[in-house]
Amino acid sequence: MCDSCGCGDPSIVPVEVQERILAGNERTAAHNRDHFHREGVLAVNLMGSPGSGKTSILEATARALKQEIRIGAVSGDLATSHDAERLRAAGIPSESITTGTACHLDAELVHRTLHDFPWRKLQILFIENVGNLVCPAVYDLGQTANVVALSVTEGEDKPLKYPPMFRNADLVLLTKTDLLPHLSVDVAAIHDALARVMPRPRLLPFSAVTGEGVERWAAWLRERRIALFLQEPARDADLMPQLASSRA
Amino acid sequence: MHEYSIVSALLDRVENEARNRGAVGVHAIRVKIGDLAGVDRGLFATAFETFRAGTICAGAALTVVPVEACWECPRCGQPLARGAVLRCAMCLEPAGLARGDEILLDSIELEVP
Repeated sequence: MCDSCGCGDPSIVPVEVQERILAGNERTAAHNRDHFHREGVLAVNLMGSPGSGKTSILEATARALKQEIRIGAVSGDLATSHDAERLRAAGIPSESITTGTACHLDAELVHRTLHDFPWRKLQILFIENVGNLVCPAVYDLGQTANVVALSVTEGEDKPLKYPPMFRNADLVLLTKTDLLPHLSVDVAAIHDALARVMPRPRLLPFSAVTGEGVERWAAWLRERRIALFLQEPARDADLMPQLASSRA
Repeated sequence: MHEYSIVSALLDRVENEARNRGAVGVHAIRVKIGDLAGVDRGLFATAFETFRAGTICAGAALTVVPVEACWECPRCGQPLARGAVLRCAMCLEPAGLARGDEILLDSIELEVP
């Protein structure tokens, strides 16, 4: 009761909350992460624009690693299950997460999907996020690593335009490099843009058509799996761009 | 448009707090959103206008406090210039984000009978 004037109005009580608004998602993500770690599954959150080549990366990964590492994928898709169908055709156990109108996956969507998916039998679980350079960056899913697919046709300044997406990336795959001879794209400018938004920039040129970068990508995944067991960050120093040559 | 799902998480959190404290209404809400949070502050405010109807926050005033991104060297503490390569020019250490990625419910004012 307001006791200063006796008007009967409620009193205003200030409350310091100081809590992250997405704390609920972060709790579920921590729960997912705990599951993945306990079962020794490397969970990779694969993000990128629509058409940046995420599904093609996974198809190429299946070709390269199928005999050696058990991989599987869950794919976020607004309205179809085309991606999951493509991945199953490539021999990867796959499930789609139809998000309806949601522009990103969240930890709860992933958790629910995994209940009906044999993820425990896998060694690497790819979570193919909804094609979008904005929203997926905000939601932790419980992954061990964030990988962003950036195609050479998207322009050199994409990292500068979407810094939250690239800031938390562990690796950027520069896809469709087979198209470079037909474009006037300056790859050094992409390196430079990345170095301004990503504190430990790592860029790997990749082509699902020619196979460029597939072996180094496979090696990166193997290192990440080992690091998962050793509980230490992987050292992939060979993927550091030449900072000395980038424009300061 | 993930701003809508963030606002919906905010309303749930505030509603919880209000219920636990026996409040009859929410007078004001103050949130902090960093430049690197990946959240559009204008869209966030629009989403709040849309979603607060019919909730305990229907009459609440929303204040969104922007937080400028600040990168600094984890070794010498020197802040980096805006737009610079994220590596300390002196120590060569990769920079760390000191602030600017927060999506924070800072404080609320409850109407308690």
